[in-house]
Amino acid sequence: MLTIATGNKAVAAAVKAARPGVIAAYPITPQTEIVEQIADYVTDGDLESRYIPVESEHSAMAACIGASAGGVRTFTATSSHGLLYMHEMVHWAAGARLPIVMANVNRALGPGWNTWAEHTDAFSQRDTGWLQVFVGTVQEAYDATLMAFKIAENERVLLPVMVNQDGFALSHIMQSLETVEIGDFLPPFHLPHAIDTENPCGYGPMTGPADYFRFRWDIERSMRDARGVIADVEREFAERFGRTYGPTEDYRCEDADVVVVAVGTLGKEAEMAIDRLRDEGVKAGSMRLRWFRPFPDLDLSGRDVVVIDRDYSFGFGGVVAHSIRSKTGIEPYSVIAGLGGQEVTYNDIADFVRNRRPGEETWFGVSDHV
Amino acid sequence: MSGNRIAKLSLQLMTIIEERSVNNLSAIPKEEYLYKCTSACAGCSSSLCLRYVLKAAGPDSVLVVPACCTSVIQGMYPGTAMNVPVYNIAFAAAAACASGMSDAFATLGRETNVIVYAGDGGTVDIGIQALSGAFERGTNFLYICYDNEAYGNTGMQRSGSTPLGARTTTTPGGKPTAKKDLDRIVEAHNPPYMATACSAYPLDLYKKVKKALSIEGPKFIHILAPCPPGWRYPTEKTVEMGKLAVKTAQWILYEREFGKLTINGPSKAAMKKPAPLEDYIKSQGRFKNLSPEIFDLMRQQVEQNIQRLSREEAGVC
Ligand SMILES: Cc1ncc(C[n+]2csc(CCOP(=O)(O)OP(=O)(O)O)c2C)c(N)n1
Ligand code: SF4
Ligand SMILES: [Mg+2]
Repeated sequence: MLTIATGNKAVAAAVKAARPGVIAAYPITPQTEIVEQIADYVTDGDLESRYIPVESEHSAMAACIGASAGGVRTFTATSSHGLLYMHEMVHWAAGARLPIVMANVNRALGPGWNTWAEHTDAFSQRDTGWLQVFVGTVQEAYDATLMAFKIAENERVLLPVMVNQDGFALSHIMQSLETVEIGDFLPPFHLPHAIDTENPCGYGPMTGPADYFRFRWDIERSMRDARGVIADVEREFAERFGRTYGPTEDYRCEDADVVVVAVGTLGKEAEMAIDRLRDEGVKAGSMRLRWFRPFPDLDLSGRDVVVIDRDYSFGFGGVVAHSIRSKTGIEPYSVIAGLGGQEVTYNDIADFVRNRRPGEETWFGVSDHV
Repeated sequence: MSGNRIAKLSLQLMTIIEERSVNNLSAIPKEEYLYKCTSACAGCSSSLCLRYVLKAAGPDSVLVVPACCTSVIQGMYPGTAMNVPVYNIAFAAAAACASGMSDAFATLGRETNVIVYAGDGGTVDIGIQALSGAFERGTNFLYICYDNEAYGNTGMQRSGSTPLGARTTTTPGGKPTAKKDLDRIVEAHNPPYMATACSAYPLDLYKKVKKALSIEGPKFIHILAPCPPGWRYPTEKTVEMGKLAVKTAQWILYEREFGKLTINGPSKAAMKKPAPLEDYIKSQGRFKNLSPEIFDLMRQQVEQNIQRLSREEAGVC
């Protein structure tokens, strides 16, 4: 069905289609609309789930953990401070191998209070063992959420998935949305290690170094397997519903001399910058990074790379720039832009490309030379 | 009437019949759900309580355990001393985790008991927010706090539940403030069932767990669980220590069902004529060199508790 919706509403619609048994969530701007919409679905009988209005995000994730271990599909949504408040349980969910799906609406962190887009919240959870995908459109927010359940619940993965979208810049933007009849795209929830009182087991007891080490390796092995599972699920999605996704979304990259790498809505904005640059005869392309964990293999050899980071790791650098550097060996031109919702237009992005200085870092609007 | 409701009612009936029949320890089921291979300290009363809790709950039960001595007592992977599923969870998260689990079981139409077994630190301090939230939401579960009056797992630091004057590793001069009144906090949530218990009265505990599990909604049991290394008394005195706590009315056994208070047998007598508080205080190293002023304050606190509960039971509060 074709409608128009915000990024938040698209996530809620996908959750309705996925029919989780338990949803536990706590409100925070700019995510609140997701949990409100889901509460409406449940109250109106459009979604037969149990909705647990917890008293904190730490409890939201703890409740999802208990519910998932109990044997039902679970979902939560959060943002920024909420994500950080649940950090301990974010690790726990992955360590307990629970296929929880969480929407995270990317937002800056205080102080000062700032509710606009930034990716530092999600990147601060990068070592938790969660899969992380970043979307660029309302349609993609819907599609990625649906696929997230299928990927997480695959027995070769059994890890939680975080679906990220930019606060306000996407969460509150209206775009067209085509919802689907999911049919048997999502099989009934099955967790091989769900709690079974007929077969009593200890879950997460004290564990010595040798076993603990094996369990950690098992998370990484599943992360590696997840690359193939993601590709399979995205292929099946394309076959069933006609929309194609991959680890990155590449735009006019084939013959490009310079490639802009960005995440979320800035990655979409970059496409317009590429059109401008191409009009000027600059052979530019853009690569919007969709999957951040597991991090994809990128083919960027032989080109200049401009990385836009809407995040920062203080005392080190942009998180995406560093990832590109360590994964490809390429020294990118690292642009730090868009923090706390700073406006970055396609003209600005075209300027980043024109003025690029590979190996250097620039803070947009702060450093002298941009 | 739904099948569930009929099942619950027949369970309640069975409980009443059983309560009449279980009047001595020999009537408690022989099945063990906590084996003898625990790594508890000698004389640990909280693991003794857990044994009776599980006997009362039976095999269709899940234990949710935050960081505490019970995380250690159950043994090390891949072994376990427990014969019911045990879901270990982060320190602050037990009640919330149980909330999700309880709802998952309800979704699946399962009647499995969800029981939190948490220490006092995980209850009155770091876990109190989750506890309050779960009770306010009416979660169908049983929350048991076994109270050894300090952080046992990490080597006996003070908790909010450590009594006035008690020495712990972080109150080496004795705790300068009073024990947090957890029961009145829980009471403020108006749960359908709440009770106190003590490790020295296992039959009383057994019956309370049975009764709690026959009631729908959030239930709470607060067990005083003397701890030899923490309280500094000889291991063989563990049962005696619990008895002393009750006989001195330092700890009062009661139940509050749908708001109605009943003082239980052993405490009825103790409240009328409490044994000397000195007997309790002097037998524990943690109260060594207690000043007469602090001792007086403790005695006053006991007196106030007796007054308050007596008035409530008599309906004059
Ligand atoms: C967030 C967090 N902070 C601190 C700890 C360390 N810790 C583990 S158990 C514990 C004390 C537990 O005390 P209590 O709840 O009274 O249970 P007991 O050990 O006495 O049985 C502490 C401080 C932890 N595991 N997690
Ligand atoms: S420290 Fe106390 S509560 Fe903990 S295991 Fe030892 S005796 Fe039991
Ligand atoms: Mg304790």
